[in-house]
Amino acid sequence: MYISDTIAAISTGMNNSGIGIIRICGEDAFKIASRVFCMPSGKVPDPFDSHRVYYGFIKDGEETIDEVLLIALKAPKSYTREDTVEINCHGGNLVMRRVLITVLNNGARLAEPGEFTKRAFLNGRIDLSKAESVTDVINSENEYALSNSIKQLTGKLTEKIVSLRDKIKYEIAYIESALDDPEHYDLDGYYDSLLGTVDEIYDELIKLKKSFKEGRIISEGINTVIIGRPNVGKSSLLNILTGEDTAIVTDIAGTTRDTLKQNITINGLSLKVTDTAGIRDTDDVIEKIGVDKAMESAKDADLIIMMLDSSEEISNDDIKIFDFIKDKQALILLNKSDLDQKTTEADVRKLTQQCIMSISAKDETGIDEFKDKIKEMFIKGSLEYNDEVIITNERHLFLIDNAIKSLDEVKKVIGDMMPEDFVSIDLKNAYEYLGAVIGEQIGDDIVDEIFSKFCMGK
Amino acid sequence: MFEEYYDVVVVGAGHAGCEAALACARLNLETIVFTVSVNSIALMPCNPNVGGSSKGHLVREVDALGGEMGKNIDKTFIQSKMLNKSKGPAVHSLRAQADKAEYSRSMRQVLENQEHLTIKQAEVSELILKDNMVEGVKICTGGVYHAKAVVLCTGTYLRARCLCGEAITNTGPNGLQAANHLTQSLEKAGIELVRFKTGTPARMDGRTVDYSKMIEQLGDERIVPFSFSTNPDSIQKEQVKCYLTYTNEKTHEIIRNNLDRSPLYAGVIEGTGPRYCPSIEDKVVRFADKDKHQIFVEPEGLSTNEVYIGGMSSSLPEDVQLKMYRTVPGLENCKIVRNAYAIEYDCINPVQLYPTLEFKKIKNLFAGGQFNGSSGYEEAAAQGIIAGINAAMSVLGKEKITLDRSQAYIGVLIDDLVTKENHEPYRMMTSRAEYRLLLRQDNADLRLRETGYKVGLVSKEEYEKTVRKQELIDEEIDRLKNTYVGSSKRVSDFLNSMGSTELKSGSSLFELISRPELDYYMIAPIDDNRTELDDDVKEQVNINIKYAGYIEKQIKQVEGFKKLEKKKIPEDFDYEKVSGLRNEARQKLIAYNPVSIGQASRISGVSPADISVLLVYLKGRQDIDE
Repeated sequence: MYISDTIAAISTGMNNSGIGIIRICGEDAFKIASRVFCMPSGKVPDPFDSHRVYYGFIKDGEETIDEVLLIALKAPKSYTREDTVEINCHGGNLVMRRVLITVLNNGARLAEPGEFTKRAFLNGRIDLSKAESVTDVINSENEYALSNSIKQLTGKLTEKIVSLRDKIKYEIAYIESALDDPEHYDLDGYYDSLLGTVDEIYDELIKLKKSFKEGRIISEGINTVIIGRPNVGKSSLLNILTGEDTAIVTDIAGTTRDTLKQNITINGLSLKVTDTAGIRDTDDVIEKIGVDKAMESAKDADLIIMMLDSSEEISNDDIKIFDFIKDKQALILLNKSDLDQKTTEADVRKLTQQCIMSISAKDETGIDEFKDKIKEMFIKGSLEYNDEVIITNERHLFLIDNAIKSLDEVKKVIGDMMPEDFVSIDLKNAYEYLGAVIGEQIGDDIVDEIFSKFCMGK
Repeated sequence: MFEEYYDVVVVGAGHAGCEAALACARLNLETIVFTVSVNSIALMPCNPNVGGSSKGHLVREVDALGGEMGKNIDKTFIQSKMLNKSKGPAVHSLRAQADKAEYSRSMRQVLENQEHLTIKQAEVSELILKDNMVEGVKICTGGVYHAKAVVLCTGTYLRARCLCGEAITNTGPNGLQAANHLTQSLEKAGIELVRFKTGTPARMDGRTVDYSKMIEQLGDERIVPFSFSTNPDSIQKEQVKCYLTYTNEKTHEIIRNNLDRSPLYAGVIEGTGPRYCPSIEDKVVRFADKDKHQIFVEPEGLSTNEVYIGGMSSSLPEDVQLKMYRTVPGLENCKIVRNAYAIEYDCINPVQLYPTLEFKKIKNLFAGGQFNGSSGYEEAAAQGIIAGINAAMSVLGKEKITLDRSQAYIGVLIDDLVTKENHEPYRMMTSRAEYRLLLRQDNADLRLRETGYKVGLVSKEEYEKTVRKQELIDEEIDRLKNTYVGSSKRVSDFLNSMGSTELKSGSSLFELISRPELDYYMIAPIDDNRTELDDDVKEQVNINIKYAGYIEKQIKQVEGFKKLEKKKIPEDFDYEKVSGLRNEARQKLIAYNPVSIGQASRISGVSPADISVLLVYLKGRQDIDE
C-alpha cells in the first residue's frame, strides 16, 4: 500500500480554472496511460517517448471524455523519479474528475495526501535537508484532507456506511464462527439468506454510486440535453435561453465535436445545456447529426428537453425519442405554437407520460412558464436530494465502486456454489473498502463480533 | 553451592517446554528441562483433543519444522476427524481425541530418550541476570544452573490459584503444585506480568453416563495423520465414540439461581478469561436467549473410565455443579470424578518480546506458550518450537528465525501476540490469518520444511522428499496447462455426462478443472497422458488449479505485505527525534519498538500517515548513514 504501486491524483487545485493536470506515478503509469489515451489517429503511442507531448483523447471504453495533452516522463527523470504520466485536461472540474476516475478504474490507486512528495523524497529526488518540510507537507495535507473529507462525510453518509458495514460484519462473523466451530454453527441453507442480505446491501451501494451523479448536480450544474428532429427549433430555444447577444457563455468544445455545451442560469439554477444539433445560428441550417447519435449523447443527461414541431405530424423519429425518454427526467416542448397546428398536446399525450408544454420560440411565448417548470422540477428535486444520502467525493466513489465489485464476486461465488470461506474473503474486501470511506481500518472488530454475537467454545 | 553448566535451560515441560527442549537438544546443545513433576510432562489438563479448527494447522506446521506434537498424537489418538470437509481446503482442520495418559507418557519417553537432554524435577525460583543478559536459573532447593540461553514455558503454574465455588486452593492445574517463587524474580528483572484465567469442566465416571440418551459422534473412516512423516496406512485403527447432548432450561435455571456463589460473578476472580471458551455460567448469562447449549462427552483415554464434559466448564461450587450436570440428558445419575474449576495464573504481556520470542530487554531470555498470554496446547507447542530454535540459534551464534504472517499460522500467532493489545488468553482462529488460503494445513510441509531443514531439525531425506513433491506438483500443473482437448465427440459426451457445457473450441485441461462443476479427479477419463501420482500430490494439483484465481490474488497481496516487512527499523531507533508523529503513535511505537515498518503499521493507534512520516525519516537517516 505505501510503497511502489501506481498512484494517481489531480495535481492542480480543484478550482474551476478549466485546465488541470492528472498525474500518474509508478511502475504501471505507462501501461495505464495506454489503456485510457489515444491519438487522433486512434493509435496508442508504443512506447511512449520520454519528455514528449502527445495530443489526443482520454477514452473510457468507447466514450471520449476529454481532449488532452499528455506528457510521458520516464524514470528517473520525473518529480518522483518513477515513471510518470501527466495528463493536461481542458474540460474543467467535472471532466477532470472523470478522467481521474477512468485512470483509477484502469489500475491506479488514488494517491494519499502528500504521496507524490513523499515518493520524490524516498526516491532521493528531494534533498535531505528538506526531510523536515516533507514531513510537514504530509502532515498538513493529511490534516487538510482529513478536514476536507470530514466535511464531505455528512452524518447521513457515515450512518449509512456504518449500517451497511455492520450487516456485512455480521455475515462474516457468522461464517467465521461456523468455520471455527463447525459443531456449533452449520451453514446448511445459509447461502439463500446471505444472497438476500447481499442483494439488499448491493442495491444500497448502487444507489450511493448513482448519487455521485446527483450530488454533482448541485455543484456542477444540471446536465441538460436538448433533443429533437432537425428544424424543430432547438437552437432557437438555446439562443433565447442564453440571450442572443451573448450566445455562448462558456464554449466548451464538446467531446464528439458534434454537440455544443453551454452554461446557462435559470432563476439561479445552473444548467449545462448540450444542443445535440451542434448548430446555433438559424432553424434552417441542415442538421449534422441524426437522432440516434443525439440519443447516445443524451443517455447520461440529468434532464432531457425534447422538442417537437406542432406544425408537423409526429414522425417515427419522434416515437423513438418518446420511447427513449420514458424512464428519464424529461420535458416535452411543443414548439411553433404561432403556426397552424397539425399536432396538439392531446396527440402527444397519447404517446408519452412526460410533461408537455407549448411554446413559440419565435414569439418567445411560453418561455417563462418553461423556465418555471424547470425550476420547479429541480429546485424541488434538489431539495429532495438533500434529504438523501449522496456522495460527492471521487475517493468515496472509488471505494464504493470497489465494494460493489467485491459483492459481485460474492454473488459469483454463491452462484458457483463455492465454499463459504471464499465468500468470506470477498465480504471482507467489501467491508474494508467501506471502512476506508469512513476512515476505519480493519482491526479486531470481526473477532470481537464473533465473540459478542456467537456462543463459541468447548 | 550446587552448580551445573548447560547450553540451554527450559523452564516447564508442558507442550511449549517439550518442543523447546527437544529442538535445542536435537541441535546438539546440552539442554536441561525443569518440571514441577515428571509425571506431568506434556500433560493435557483440559480438553482431550489435539488440533481442531486452525489449531490443526499449527500442529502441522510444528511438524513441518521438525517438532514432536504431530508425531506424538499420531501414536496416541483414539479418534480422528477432519473438520470442515465440506468447506474450502483452507479451513479443513484435523482434530484427534487423545488418550491423555498415553500422550503424556509417550512424550515423556521421547524426552527421556533424547540425547543431550536432561529432565529435572524442580521448581525454578530465580533468573540469574547480568547486564540485561540472562545467565542461568536458580531452583528452590538452591542449585544453580548456568546457561547461555533460558526459555520460559511456565504455562499456568505461576502463582496458580484454582477456584471451585468457595473452595480456593493455591495449586496448579489438576491439583499439581504451583510455582510461587519465579514471579518475584521476573518482576525484579523489569518484566511486566498480567493475570489471566481459564477453566475446565468436570470429569465423570463413564460408567454413570447413559449414552443411549446422547447422539454418537464417530471418527473418520479413513484417518489422516497429523505428521508428514507418519505413513497413513500405519495408523488406521478402531476408534472410540464421542457423544453429543444438550443443556436445557432446567440447567440454566440452576446456574442463574446460584450465580452469587460463582467466584467469577462474585468478583473473586481477578484474572481475565477467554471469550472463546466461556464457562457455562458465562454462556447462560451472555446468551440468555439460547434455550440450550451443546455438550460433548469425550473419553479421556482407553485405560480410564473418566469422560470429559466439553462445553460445561465452570467455577461454581461442587454441590451446584453436581445438580447442574445431572439436568443434562444422559448425566442424570452421573458421578463426578474431578470437579470443574477455574484457574488463575501469572503470565506476561507479550509485547515485551521480539517476534523471535526473545525478550527485548533481556538478552538470551526466551518465552513460549501460555506464559506469553496464549491458550491451547497447540498454540503453546507452536511458540515452544520457535522459542527453542531461537534460543539454540542464539547459543550457536546463528541468525534467529521469524515466520511472518504470510508463511504460517505460527507467524500470525506470534505477530498478534507481540504486536497487538491482548486482553485475554489468545486463541488461534482461521479468521485471524489474512492469507489463510495460502496457509493451508495440507501444504504446511511445502511452506516450512525448508526452514526446518535449514535450522537443522528436519533431515535431508525428509527435506528432499518435500522438494520432490513440489517438483511433481509443478510439473503436473504445467502439463495440464499445456494439454489441450478439442470439441471431439468423446470429450463432449464426457462433459455432458458431468453436467458441464460442451467445448466450442480447444481448451486446456487446466481450464476444464477450473470449472466449478469439475475437478482434477473427475476429468481423468479425458486426460490420456496422466501418470498416477501420490494422493498428496494430486490434492495439491487440484487445489492449486481449482482456486487459482483466489490464490493468485492472495499471492499478490503477500508481495505488498512483504515489502513493508523488509523495511527494518533499527533496534535503537529514537522515535522522539521524528517530528511529525502524532503523540499517540509515538508512545505506542516507543512501547512496542517494532522491528519493521510492517509490524509498526499493525500497531493499533499508528495511522498510515504516521507510517509515511516514519518512512521519510528512516530514508533520511539512511542517507546520513551512507
